[in-house]
Amino acid sequence: MMKSIPRKKPFKTPAVRLYFHYISIQIRCMMQYKKSFILTTLGQFLASFNAFVGIYFMFRRFHSIAGYTYSDVLLCFSLISMEFSLAECAARGFDRFSHLVRQGTFDRIMTRPRNEILQVLGNNFELTRLGRTVQAIIIFFYGISQADIDWSFMKVITVVITILCGAAVFSGIFLINAALCFFTLEGLEVVNIFTDGARQYGEYPIDVYGKRMVKFCTFIIPYALVQLYPVKYLTGRSDSLLYALIPLAALLFLLPCYALWRYGVRKYKSSGS
Amino acid sequence: MIVMKNIRKTYRVARRNAGFGEAVKSFFHRDYETVTALDNVSFAIQDGETVGYIGPNGAGKSTTIKILSGILTPDSGECLVDGRTPWKNRIEHVAKIGVVFGQRSQLWWDVPVADSFELLKDIYSIPPETYRRNKDELTELLDLGEILKTPARQLSLGQRMRCELAASLLHSPDILFLDEPTIGLDAVSKIAVREFIVKLNQERKTTVILTTHDMQDIEAITKRIILIGKGRILLDGGVSDISGNGNIDHTVAELYRSYEI
Repeated sequence: MMKSIPRKKPFKTPAVRLYFHYISIQIRCMMQYKKSFILTTLGQFLASFNAFVGIYFMFRRFHSIAGYTYSDVLLCFSLISMEFSLAECAARGFDRFSHLVRQGTFDRIMTRPRNEILQVLGNNFELTRLGRTVQAIIIFFYGISQADIDWSFMKVITVVITILCGAAVFSGIFLINAALCFFTLEGLEVVNIFTDGARQYGEYPIDVYGKRMVKFCTFIIPYALVQLYPVKYLTGRSDSLLYALIPLAALLFLLPCYALWRYGVRKYKSSGS
Repeated sequence: MIVMKNIRKTYRVARRNAGFGEAVKSFFHRDYETVTALDNVSFAIQDGETVGYIGPNGAGKSTTIKILSGILTPDSGECLVDGRTPWKNRIEHVAKIGVVFGQRSQLWWDVPVADSFELLKDIYSIPPETYRRNKDELTELLDLGEILKTPARQLSLGQRMRCELAASLLHSPDILFLDEPTIGLDAVSKIAVREFIVKLNQERKTTVILTTHDMQDIEAITKRIILIGKGRILLDGGVSDISGNGNIDHTVAELYRSYEI
């Protein structure tokens, strides 16, 4: 009957290929429910336009806020929503993590020879978030084209790393939320302040909210590193190369997030849920 | 070979009385009670054995399976499965075992079963040649043909369980853990599942560890019984020694009574 051939070197499906395989399965699943998929996507697309309209009408009345113009705010807004929606597409799966633990799906994940995070994300990729991503891309290009930026090669680099590192920061918070499930069995609603909440107050440059907020967002949860400082560089308020590259420092935030997750997995293994 | 030595596992369980007032009280202060799920559990299982792991609900069967499959870490004790400690080398370990939870599906609900298999091929990094051969053989043995094209949610329980078995065997594991594989199945499906497991063990020498409440499963599949109650191993021996010539259901009920479990 079944015999495995002896192999010379162990072969392992690359993580990226596996991840895309998961996504392809999820898409096939969603296509089973066509109407629901289209309506959710459309709904999310429209809903997130609200925020943009809010900013637009505000600046029809007030021409600047704390020294920032409409185009500056638009730049912040497009950066943050781009960062957020990328993170959402990739890592929002952590939001449903409490279900995975309760239904015992996490047990199943533990019996598979793959990294747990890869499996959680693969199992819960949400294509309906695509509506928001499309909207974020549109706003992003509109915002970028409206902004007063003296473009240079370095500035393009800054925009790219800001978006990627920003997505990493949001993903880190999603990861924290999931890790907390190991301790509480429910995701904590409080954490949403730092995800959806941060996306909303991140529409304005963070120093609008005062010095303490800037400190918090620099050293505790590094939103400022992926918004305020690079925006200062992009809009020519600062020439410092430090501000241009500081988003990279935000990646350090992932270390404590991952540590908390590892700690949670260890606890799960000793308590069983 | 599987060796469990003095494995101990306790859980902390929050207790409170019924009622709203008690619920509020427990919000501020919780009384915990330590429940011993496994108490000095030791046994050894040789390669190619078929073992029925039985005991009443809450005896510690699932906890044992979870420890052996790398999901749980015990409080103390040693455990080696083919030289690996399950909770320490999780990824290396689980690549060589298969686990079927009768009450939970591992198939993707909304896609044809064949799509789930394809994904498992990537999860376990099964070489294409091995995958194709295993899939063909399992399809034939479990009579999966048309079923593979159906989404898992539209399968009957019996059809689904056959697919679950196939899904756990695609990567040719050395050991197969079955947690109540025949629960809720009709007579025909039960027999199909049992016959398949016996054949798997005979032809491929896969070690099979089975938990069940159905004593016919035990009679049909296993040669050895380990009886666990209140976290302790109470009995470990050959099925024929235990049941003798009588009805195995009665014999086991008698055992439960005599050990007061």
